[in-house]
Amino acid sequence: MITINGISKTYQVAKRSSGIGQAFKSLFHREYTDVEALNDISFTVKPGEIVGYIGPNGAGKSTTIKVMSGILVPDSGSCTIMGYTPWKDRVAYVRNIGVVFGQRSQLWWDVPVIDSFELLRDIYKVPEQEYKANLALLTETLELQDIIGMPVRQLSLGQRMRCEIAASLLHSPSILFLDEPTIGLDAASKIAVRRFIRTINEEKGVTVILTTHDMNDIEALAQRIILIGKGKLLYDGSIDAIRNQFGTRKTIIALYRQQEAPLKIAGAVLESWSPERAVLSVDTEQVLISEVLISISQQVELIDIIIDTPPIEDMIIQLYKEHQI
Amino acid sequence: MRLYWKYIVILFKSQMQYRTSFWLLTLGQFLVPFSVFAGLYFLFERFGQIQGWNFQEVALCFSIIHMAFAISECFARGFDSFSGMVVNGEFDRVLVRPRSTVLQVLGSKFEFTRVGRLAQSTLVLIWAISQLPIEWTMLKAITLFFMVISGFFIFAGIFMLAAAMCFWTIQGLEVANIFTDGGKEMAQYPLNIYQKWVTRFFTFIIPFGCVNYLPLLYILDKTTGNDLPYILAPAAGIVFIAPCMLVWRVGVRHYRSTGS
Amino acid sequence: MKAYVSVFKLRLYHGLQYRAAALAGIATQFFFGFIFIMVYEAFYSQSTAAFPISLSQLITYVWLQQAFLAFVMLWFRDNELFQLITSGNVAYELCRPSGIYGLWYAKLLAQRLSSALLRSMPILVIAYILPKPYGMPLPHNSVSFLLFVLTLLLGLLMMVSLSMLMYISVFITLSPAGSLLMFAVIGEFLAGMVIPVPLMPTWLQNIVYVLPFRWAADFPFRVYSGHIPQDEALIGVAIQIIWLVLLVGLGKYTMTRVLRKIVVQGG
Repeated sequence: MITINGISKTYQVAKRSSGIGQAFKSLFHREYTDVEALNDISFTVKPGEIVGYIGPNGAGKSTTIKVMSGILVPDSGSCTIMGYTPWKDRVAYVRNIGVVFGQRSQLWWDVPVIDSFELLRDIYKVPEQEYKANLALLTETLELQDIIGMPVRQLSLGQRMRCEIAASLLHSPSILFLDEPTIGLDAASKIAVRRFIRTINEEKGVTVILTTHDMNDIEALAQRIILIGKGKLLYDGSIDAIRNQFGTRKTIIALYRQQEAPLKIAGAVLESWSPERAVLSVDTEQVLISEVLISISQQVELIDIIIDTPPIEDMIIQLYKEHQI
Repeated sequence: MRLYWKYIVILFKSQMQYRTSFWLLTLGQFLVPFSVFAGLYFLFERFGQIQGWNFQEVALCFSIIHMAFAISECFARGFDSFSGMVVNGEFDRVLVRPRSTVLQVLGSKFEFTRVGRLAQSTLVLIWAISQLPIEWTMLKAITLFFMVISGFFIFAGIFMLAAAMCFWTIQGLEVANIFTDGGKEMAQYPLNIYQKWVTRFFTFIIPFGCVNYLPLLYILDKTTGNDLPYILAPAAGIVFIAPCMLVWRVGVRHYRSTGS
Repeated sequence: MKAYVSVFKLRLYHGLQYRAAALAGIATQFFFGFIFIMVYEAFYSQSTAAFPISLSQLITYVWLQQAFLAFVMLWFRDNELFQLITSGNVAYELCRPSGIYGLWYAKLLAQRLSSALLRSMPILVIAYILPKPYGMPLPHNSVSFLLFVLTLLLGLLMMVSLSMLMYISVFITLSPAGSLLMFAVIGEFLAGMVIPVPLMPTWLQNIVYVLPFRWAADFPFRVYSGHIPQDEALIGVAIQIIWLVLLVGLGKYTMTRVLRKIVVQGG
């Protein structure tokens, strides 16, 4: 579906200087610094996959999305998506993709949502039959019935985002690029958006490339993540693999009957302790959980025990740290 | 073309959301050229004529260029205010849609309040024609029509050039005003009152003279010799916009290789 | 007072940042200057009859008009202020300890000054060295030059107080663009920006002379060229001061009234 091979992109950024004299100089002569936005990025995506594309701010996520959606021409490397080179046959290619920029609207601000949809139908030349079927499906799954007649400026952010996503699917694209689709949404809207993305992926087989800073999006949706930092591809694989790599450190919280002597467990670090409660951290590669549990129950009268895996968020932070980004 | 119409409809609906403001602005837009026209009237009241042109003739000249300007500000506004589209990233959206960038940018904005301007110049046109002893022929009417259309092409072409410059820098683009506002200001008088260098520049480089002064000579029967070159002069508008389109394409290509 | 000065400074620096825009502005103003002069030249060339103002005085008028456009333009929108008013966020401004009239006045003044500072000098310098007939002669004499500077600055202050009235009117209409555009178009015409006041018919001149607008443009420009003699100019300065006091007084009065209404309504 998507084959990206050795894509690189360097930007020239003008240096800005302060001071009137300097500023005057810059009118005539500017100094530039090169910024490597993408450095030899390669990956492939199979039809029907949901891929989470993550990395810290300025890592090159947006640049990659721009290259894949045909907005930007890379300096070198090749990219084939559904047989097209995105930046070569722009008009023919973009008919097959849908793009949602989470921070920008593609809807016309002052008119009812349905008017925007109809204009998009004409822009993409969607046949009437197909348009009606898509609109019906989208309205139902995204619960747009009540808001479709309202002007966009009166919608809440969550409602608007649902309309944005619907707008980018009216022409039945095979690939959907979502650039931070859940940014700024409240918890309920986030869940609705995620559920919907999963639905169209499963029912219509749409391939989804998703960038986000919210790891819950990734956990809920993506079987696979691609991590980039400073323009380089750092990790490409399943979330489970990351879990296996970084999720070996568990936190054990033990509640027990009052006891004055602190716990002493071989192979575990005591993070905090009180006469009723202790928090331990354990590396499961060093010591088996069962051994720790036995050891605890021998020392105190246990009331309750919680074994906690660190959130994926922490694992990603560790991953960033490991790559020093 | 159908899509272009759809764009017009949706933007008209948008502007109608703010009705009072719309009518006030339209009225204001009526007054802007009106004050210029009033100035023109007072000057002629004092001086009588300018280089052999009387007030009615200059009024015709005035109305044609102002009509062309009003139409281009209404329909080619998307190019006129294009820098905003680049700055806020809206142009990326244009690039992910399967239609030509020119059509989409044109469709991104219509300034319907310029109807006020158009109304003012239309009134002046009607008045001037009613006052002038012109023997109208079909050919003269057609020429008049194409003068306005070609004027629109020139203004739109300049807007487009300035918009294409946005891909390199968004600073200092106000320079384009020299050719749009300045061109309009200048072309409201017959070109022969100016110095040679001005006349030449605005005949051969930016051909305002070709869409206004030269064909006007034909309409007012001021020509000597063959009329044909004067009738065909408005074609310069089309000749002008072609390279502007080319520069636009180069600009889009540049944008796609450097990003915003 | 310090608050006004720092608002003023901030605006001034901010305005000076837009150098490219200023360069473009200078070029545009030049072009317009040339066009106007050529048009007047054409009008003047065809008759030897006595005109109410000589061509060289007229050319001076045009160049000064172009150089100090930023002082005179009424169509000089500050969208920040508009948004402040229409969105009701003006309440925040009211929390500040300084008087709102003075702060806004300083802001608008700085805007006009910064934009004129960048533009006027290059235009004036080039206008001086241009060959005849486009060149601008030096001032009539040093006294009329000093009078020119004084009247120009007083005129600027008048224009700012006039535009303050425009902003205050937005509190009431809440729809800035349309009504202000009309006000600006008429005001600029009456200031002599479309055609010089001496070339207007007498009946219109009589209207112009009783209104405040011409004191900001027409008057200083004619003082410079000596078209208005010095003793008349001195009387003019007095009239300018009276206008200024009246306009600022009116502005402050309406501002307090309008603000009180807003506070009562709760925004």
